[in-house]
Amino acid sequence: MTNAIEQKNLKVIVFQLADKEYAIPVSHVKGIEKLMHITRVPKTARYVKGVINLRGVVTPVIDLRERFDLPISGNEETTRIIIITLETMEVGFVVDSANDVLDIDASSIEQQPEVVGSFEEEFIAGVAKLDNRLLILLHLDKVLNPLD
Amino acid sequence: MEVNQYLEMFIEESKEHLQACSEHLLELEKNPEDLAIVGEIFRSAHTLKGMSATMGFEDLADLTHKMENVLDAIRNEKIKVTPEIFDVVFESVDHLEEMVYDIADGGDGKRNVQETVAKLKNIELGEPVVAAKVLTKQTVEAPVPVEEVDFKLTYDDFEKTVILQSSEQEFNAYEISIALREDCLLKAARVFMVFEILEKNGDVIKSSPTVDKLEEEQFDNEFHVAYISKESAEDLQKMLMKVSEVDLVDVKEIGQDVFTQVTVSSAAQSEEITEAEIAATTEVVQAPVEQKANSNKASGGHATSKTIRVNIERLDILMNLFEELAIDRGRLLSIAADVNHGELNETVERMSRTMGDLQNIVLTMRMVPVETVFNRFPKMVRQLSRDLNKKIELNVIGAETELDRTVIDEIGDPLVHLIRNSVDHGIESPEVRRAKGKPAEGTVELRAYHSGNYVFIEIEDDGAGINRDRVLAKAISKGVVTHEQSLSMSDKQINELILASGFSTAEVISDVSGRGVGLDVVKTTIESLGGNISIESTQDVGSVFSIQLPLTLSIISVMLVEIESEIYAIPLSSIIETSIIRNSDILNAHNQKVIDFRGKVVPLVFLEEIFEVPRQEPKDDGFHSVVIVRKGDKLAGLVVDSFIGQQEIVLKSLGNYLTNIFAISGATILGNGKVALIVDCNALMK
Repeated sequence: MTNAIEQKNLKVIVFQLADKEYAIPVSHVKGIEKLMHITRVPKTARYVKGVINLRGVVTPVIDLRERFDLPISGNEETTRIIIITLETMEVGFVVDSANDVLDIDASSIEQQPEVVGSFEEEFIAGVAKLDNRLLILLHLDKVLNPLD
Repeated sequence: MEVNQYLEMFIEESKEHLQACSEHLLELEKNPEDLAIVGEIFRSAHTLKGMSATMGFEDLADLTHKMENVLDAIRNEKIKVTPEIFDVVFESVDHLEEMVYDIADGGDGKRNVQETVAKLKNIELGEPVVAAKVLTKQTVEAPVPVEEVDFKLTYDDFEKTVILQSSEQEFNAYEISIALREDCLLKAARVFMVFEILEKNGDVIKSSPTVDKLEEEQFDNEFHVAYISKESAEDLQKMLMKVSEVDLVDVKEIGQDVFTQVTVSSAAQSEEITEAEIAATTEVVQAPVEQKANSNKASGGHATSKTIRVNIERLDILMNLFEELAIDRGRLLSIAADVNHGELNETVERMSRTMGDLQNIVLTMRMVPVETVFNRFPKMVRQLSRDLNKKIELNVIGAETELDRTVIDEIGDPLVHLIRNSVDHGIESPEVRRAKGKPAEGTVELRAYHSGNYVFIEIEDDGAGINRDRVLAKAISKGVVTHEQSLSMSDKQINELILASGFSTAEVISDVSGRGVGLDVVKTTIESLGGNISIESTQDVGSVFSIQLPLTLSIISVMLVEIESEIYAIPLSSIIETSIIRNSDILNAHNQKVIDFRGKVVPLVFLEEIFEVPRQEPKDDGFHSVVIVRKGDKLAGLVVDSFIGQQEIVLKSLGNYLTNIFAISGATILGNGKVALIVDCNALMK
C-alpha cells in the first residue's frame, strides 16, 4: 500500500515473477489459490485474464506478467492466484509462484526504486533488501488503476 | 451510555414510530372524532421523545415534546382538531423525519424548527388549560380511586384459585398499580426494577399490560400487577416507591368478594362466545377477557410481527454458500449416477429435495413487502393535493405484495415521480373536474400484485389523461420523432413518448413535477431493474402507468449457448425464439447481414465477433444457430455455435474492478463450478 513504507514492521507475502521477487502487505491478501478455470471476459484490457469462481464469488483475475509487460510464460505447477482486497475491490493476481511470508524492517525499505529502473517502475512503492534478496514492494493502487 | 451501539436501532425504530404517526394522522383526518387514534399518535410520539432524549438528540426530543403537548390536549378534548392543527402536526412530523434522516446520514439531528415550535405553542396556548397541567391532573386522578373496589385486572378461574389458595396459606393477595413519572425515560428499566423487588418478596400472578408489552414499553405510564406476598401492603408500597422515577404506588388487597364481581363480567363475556368455545380450555376464554382489559390501556392492537433485521450482506454470503452446496450437489448427483449404489442414490436424492426447500427459503428471505415503499405515499399525496389545491384520494392496494429487497430499494424514486406526475398533470382541479361532470375529488390508485414471475405495480388516476395531439406536437418539435414516423405510430406508442428522454409536457415547470428530470429517468431505472413500463390513457378519463418487475433480481431464467468452448447466458426475458438458419438464408443489407424472420428484416449479430472469441479452426457446416432477441419493438438475431438449454441461474456481479464491460451484464456460476457470462441484449441493439 501507499503508506506501507511508513510503518515500522511490515508483514508481506513474497511472490515470484520472471526472475524477480515481489512483495505485497499481508493485510491486503485474502488468500492464495491454485490455478483454476478462468472464464475469459471479452473487451477488457489485455492483462485481464478473466473471472474465476472463488467460492461462489465471481472474482476478476489479472496476469501480473502481462500487467508489467514481462515475457509471457506458460502455466506451471507452481503458478498461483493471489487474491487481493483493496478498498471495495477484490482481484486475483496470477504469479509464477508464491513462496514466503516475511517480516520486513521499515529501515530496510528504500523509497527510490532506482535499482530496478525498468518499465514497471510506476507500480513500485519501494524496494527492500534482505540479506542478499531484493524484494520489490508493489503499489497496489497503481497496479489496479487505471483500468483501460 | 455507549450510544453508537444503539444508533442503528434508534434510527430504525424512530422511522417506524414516525411512520406510525403519519399513518394515524391520515386516519385521524378522516375520523377527527376518534380519540383512540390520537392516543396511538401520542404513544408513538411519546416513545420517540423518550428514545431521542436518551440518545442525546435534544432538538428531536424537544420538538416531539411540543407536538406531544398538542396531541395530549387533543386527547383530553381541550382542543378541537382543525385542518390547521393537522397541518402543523404534519409539519412537525416532517421535521422530525428530516432530523432522523440527518442522524442516519451521520448528522447531529439539529434543525431550525422555531417556526413550527411557535405554531405548536400557539395551538397549545389557544386554550386556557395548558397541556402539562392536564397531564399531572390526569395521572393523579387515575391511580388514587376513592375507597371503592376499582380493580384494573380481571382474573380467570385459575388465577382466582391461586389467589384464594394463597390467602388460605396466609399469603396476602394484592393488586398493585404503579404509575411512572411522566418524564420517565427508561420505562422498561423501571418496570424491570419494580418486578425485581416484587419477585424477591412474593409472586406476580399477572400484569396488565402483559410483561412482553411492558418490556417493549408499550404502555403509558401506569401498569397493574396481581401479586401474592407475605409482606404488608404498606411495606410493599414503601419498597416500590424507592425505585426512581416511580410516581405513585397504590397497593390494594384483593378480597374474596372481588371475585363475585369479576365472575359476573367474565360470565357476561362468555355468553358472547359459542358453546363450542366454552368447551375449549380456559385460555381461550381468558384471551378475549384480557384483550378487553387491555384495550382501555396501552396496547394499541399493534401486533408485533416476529422479525429480525439481517444485514443484506450476510444474506448474500448465505446465498453464496448455498450455491456452493448446490454445485456440489450436482457433482454428487453425477457421481451417484455413475456408482449406481442404491443407498447412495437415495441419500443424494433426499438431500436434493431438502436443498430445493432450502433454496426457496434462502430466496424468500430477501423478499420484503412493497409496503415499505408505499407507506410514504399517503402523506406525500396529502401534501401535494394541499399545495396544488386539488382534492385527491389515494387508494393503496396490495401493499403486502413481496419483492426482492434490491428492487424495493430502487423502485421508490420512480414511483414518487409517477405519483407526482399523476397528481400534478393527471388529476384536474376540482372546478375543471366538475365542469367535465366528474366528482370533484380525484382518485389515484396504487396497486401491486404478483403475476407469474413478475410483480406489477400500477398507478391509475381518473384525471385528464394524455393529450395525444399535444404530446405529438411536442415530440416533433423536440426532435424526438419525425413527422413521418408520427403518422404510423399507435396510440400506445404516442403515450409512451412522454417517457422519451428530453420530454416534458408541462407547459409551466411546476414545483411538483418539474425538477429538471423527466419521466425518461423513471423508464431507465425500471429497465435497469430488468422491468418495463407501459402507459394506457384515455383523454378525460384517466391514465394507467403499469410497471412490470422481475420477482427477484438474483435468479433469472436464461438460455445457455456455446461459442467455441465458451458458454454464455442469454436472459429468457429478451428471447423471442431460437432458430436454425442456412447460410443461404442470410441476406446482405448494406454492410449488415440480415435474415427474413416471419416477414421482418432482422439484423444478425455474430457474438463470436462481438466477443472476439478465439477460434481454433473456422466453423462452417452450412448452418447457424440464431437466438432472436428483442429490445422494445426492435429485433436482432444473435448467432452462436449451439444451444445448450434453458436454466435458472443465480445472477452475480463481476465485482468493482470490472465495471461497464460491453454487452455483459453479469455472470453466473454453472453446475461444473465454472463462470459463465450473461449477455446484455439491450447493449447489442441500438
